[in-house]
Amino acid sequence: MSIAEDSIPGFTRGHRLQQDRVRDVWLIQAPEKAFIADPVAAAILRLVDGKRSLGTIIDLLAETYQAPRDRIAADVKTLVASLAEQKILSP
Amino acid sequence: MTRFPPPMSLLAELTHRCPLACPYCSNPLSLDRRQSELETQDWVRILEEAAALGVLQVHFSGGEPMARADLPALVHHASSLNLYTNLITSGVLITQATLAALDEAGLDHIQLSFQDVTETGAERIGGLRGAQERKLAAARLIRARGLPLTLNFVIHRENADRVAQMLDLAHELGAGRVEIAHTQYYGWGLKNRDLLMPSAAQLDAATDAVVKARARFGNSLAIDYVTPDYHADQPKPCMGGWGQRFLNVTPSGKVLPCHAAETIPDVTFPNVMEHALGEIWQDSALFNLFRGTAWMPEPCQSCALKEIDWGGCRCQALALTGDARATDPVCARSDRHEVVVAAAEAGHDGDFAYRRFTGTGRNETG
Repeated sequence: MSIAEDSIPGFTRGHRLQQDRVRDVWLIQAPEKAFIADPVAAAILRLVDGKRSLGTIIDLLAETYQAPRDRIAADVKTLVASLAEQKILSP
Repeated sequence: MTRFPPPMSLLAELTHRCPLACPYCSNPLSLDRRQSELETQDWVRILEEAAALGVLQVHFSGGEPMARADLPALVHHASSLNLYTNLITSGVLITQATLAALDEAGLDHIQLSFQDVTETGAERIGGLRGAQERKLAAARLIRARGLPLTLNFVIHRENADRVAQMLDLAHELGAGRVEIAHTQYYGWGLKNRDLLMPSAAQLDAATDAVVKARARFGNSLAIDYVTPDYHADQPKPCMGGWGQRFLNVTPSGKVLPCHAAETIPDVTFPNVMEHALGEIWQDSALFNLFRGTAWMPEPCQSCALKEIDWGGCRCQALALTGDARATDPVCARSDRHEVVVAAAEAGHDGDFAYRRFTGTGRNETG
């Protein structure tokens, strides 16, 4: 699935990103389960607020991590596509 | 300091009162009455202690949790603590108004039980006339509000032939998930075991229906399939390991590692009215009884799978061998495995012993 940069990703109802202070990890809370978001996924998903476009999220990450935009864009699109496939995000 | 990793989930059994009388109910044979139920302020404290301990999700259950008028307040409190809130309900008390109150309180997800796809089958199990119609209406109200929905079907010999239709119903109602869960034989389920036990042919057909539905529905319907223990030769990691991921608080405040644990003899059941939840999780005799692998007898102790299945189910070992420390007889390596094989072949039709409060002859609902 290819996702346009002007799309606005958001968590679907029943899913959310949450910081687990007891275990010091970021988690995706889902119906009757929770998944650990690795540090890269967490950095991306913390910017997913249902308002920012994919392009804006990529810009912000490229700036924060001083990394080539193309590489960031590829990582972000892969993650968003995979989570959209699992209905955790709506693209 | 934390010595054992904290629990992930809290099963909050708010009440044992329920309008249904399912003969496989996971509640104990001896049910807590209304007058022994914890107060709202006790549950508020439990939720706070659970969140501080590291619990991520709270499953409000029962009995029928909607029989408690304080449910929306408890959901709201749990939500404010950033706990993921799940309601496990029969759905028969869901109306526009009761659902709106829960939704506005911040409820994250609903697991709605169905007993069957046919009205006759459903009402024979649940023992409540009109229940199927109310459940279908509840499912539609839930989806109309956009709340995520999982349907739960408990499978047994009287409904196992209709698994394909159950999966179709889940899809038609817009559920994101469905659980097709073969009956577990503890408490009421154990009492009715032979009347619930499917044949091997029924089990194969049910499994086949699940495989076909996965291909048919793909990502539009997640299917959780819980296979039956008795037809297996490898035990399941019951509760993800004793005292490792899960705690259960009963209506009267007992804290248990699983819902059947009250059958375990010669141990005190800690109560939230006497101890903090964290202290019970870390230090109580009950939670340490079968934690880890040190308690295991042979052949478990030298088994390569001991940290995969954590020794299976202690309540099942107790029920089937008389010894809670014995190897789970579901395991082919158990010297008592033949009791499971014999029970799996002993299914027959008959009259259920329905789940009731003892001495009343009917279920308390109010």
